[in-house]
Amino acid sequence: MAEVIQVTDLVQGYGKNIVISDINLSVSSGEILGLIGPSGSGKTTLINSIMGMLKPKKGSVTVLGTTMPNRKILARIGFMAQADALYETLTARENLTFFGQMQGMDTKDLPEQIDYATNVVSLNEDLDKHVGDYSGGMKRRLSLAIALVANPDILILDEPTVGIDPELRQQIWQELHRLSQKGKTILLTTHVMDDAEESDSLLMIRNGIAIAQGRPEQLIKEFGVNNIEEVFVKAGRDQDAHTSND
Amino acid sequence: MRTLAMIKRVLQEMLRDKRTLAMMFIAPLLILTLVYFLFQSNNNQTADLAVRHVDSTLVKAVNNDNVKIHHVSSDDSAKQLIRDHDYAAVMTQKGDKLTLTLQNSNQTKSSIIKKSLQAGQVKLKNQATIATLKTQKEAIGKLQQQLTTLTKQAGMQTDAQADMSNQKNNAAKNYSVSTHYIYGDKDTTFFDAFLPIMMGFVVFFFVFLISGIALLRERTTGTLKRLLATPVKRGEIITGYLSGYGIFALVQTLLIVLYSMYVFDIQILGSIWNVLLINVLMAAVALTMGLFISTFAASEFQMMQFIPIVAIPQVFFSGIIPVDQMAGWLQAIGHLMPLYYGANAMSDVVTKGFNITQIWPNILILLLFAAVFLVLNLNAVRRYREV
Repeated sequence: MAEVIQVTDLVQGYGKNIVISDINLSVSSGEILGLIGPSGSGKTTLINSIMGMLKPKKGSVTVLGTTMPNRKILARIGFMAQADALYETLTARENLTFFGQMQGMDTKDLPEQIDYATNVVSLNEDLDKHVGDYSGGMKRRLSLAIALVANPDILILDEPTVGIDPELRQQIWQELHRLSQKGKTILLTTHVMDDAEESDSLLMIRNGIAIAQGRPEQLIKEFGVNNIEEVFVKAGRDQDAHTSND
Repeated sequence: MRTLAMIKRVLQEMLRDKRTLAMMFIAPLLILTLVYFLFQSNNNQTADLAVRHVDSTLVKAVNNDNVKIHHVSSDDSAKQLIRDHDYAAVMTQKGDKLTLTLQNSNQTKSSIIKKSLQAGQVKLKNQATIATLKTQKEAIGKLQQQLTTLTKQAGMQTDAQADMSNQKNNAAKNYSVSTHYIYGDKDTTFFDAFLPIMMGFVVFFFVFLISGIALLRERTTGTLKRLLATPVKRGEIITGYLSGYGIFALVQTLLIVLYSMYVFDIQILGSIWNVLLINVLMAAVALTMGLFISTFAASEFQMMQFIPIVAIPQVFFSGIIPVDQMAGWLQAIGHLMPLYYGANAMSDVVTKGFNITQIWPNILILLLFAAVFLVLNLNAVRRYREV
């Protein structure tokens, strides 16, 4: 499987402030990678670096064989931000249309793709409502639909399941697995350990440093624990032990 | 394509927001209407009066502290003289006929000239009356003398009659004055000259505020960041904003111009296309400036705080107070204000009928302002995405 996202020895920060350091990761085509870490650990900074919003301070980021930052590659990435960045005075359909066009979609493909994307998140009933009247969960779903609408090769989802009820969460995961089988590459961040277990592989970040990396069942075995949550806690303690030894 | 989608979105958002729409279109008219009724200003100004072949006695009588007399002898038309030297008026005499041509773009100056001329004529008449009385007194004295002599020696020819006829020379010339106006007519008020300035300012102010807040909202809700996660070019975002709000600015300008023309009966001497051009440029400067300033604001409230710093001082240098009579350092500040150039060009077109070849320096500077802020904006967006 070809490497779709390749991050090598990445150091990233804002100004003099270093947020993440020595991150290595590779995601191959059709893989789902989960980024786990507490808030403030540097997940969003890593995502911003992969999207090319930030230039790496050190190291390199390659997406689809192209060194980031690269504007054109963004057309092949479907992005869902942590905050619901939606135009509240517009309807869901207008939001989808606008972002679809920004993504560079053909106008004639739009109706079909909007139909598909809203089906995945069960929003087709409310497509012509103003987003201002949406509930928090609905906005989250619309954000996900926007990420899906342009049929991108890569999906980068920042906390996609926050505020989404369990039934819909399952439905979304079904769709993500289906997409990955079709060769789409998915990178998502999460707090939710259930999400972590659904991923093909995991990268745990704490204080800007990768503390564990691998397939979920492999990690559980390696750390000799029962579930992913315990892997994270144990890996975190190991990290603290190392730093206090230094 | 993306730019078009941007424009469409800006328009959609704007049309949904009825209150902002109302503010953009109705508030300027409200302000102008208020100003129309409120503004009757009078201050101490000096008016430049050019005189040609006018009796020196009259010139002397007309002269006062508020009038500066310039003697001209060239054969240029009065209109030409006013245009070249920025005289408030030109007065020419032919026989007993006076022709007064008023520039009339500053109505205070026009009224100074008219009042001074009236006062001058009255003064001359009074002087003549005094002189006449004096002559008559002398003549009567002579007559009395002659009468006493006549009683002594009758049948003498008197020269008193001749003296009486001399009165004619002393009597005031009855000047007939015909007045011409280069801009407007005798009903033109201060408002007419104030309007072009107001027009420029209103467009500037509202476009500045609304576009600034719109981009700020885009920043605070995260949509700008989200937008930059698509392959859109930074230039496309700014162009989309410029064109979208440019359309509103154009509609706003048209509304203000038509309202002024048909409700206030304002005369526009120059081409209406130049008026629109200047306003659109003003809107472009306001837009790029608003977008840029919004980078420094973290909230709508902070954006409002820029109004007293950025928008209000512009008014002072827009020509409501004549900039060329300010202290040197104040003038220097004035020259940093986009509205100074915009209002200048606008006044020139509306009240003096200047064409594009005469206002191009102002146009050029406005373009320069817009270009500078455009580049600054492109760099400000770089903060969110480095390519």
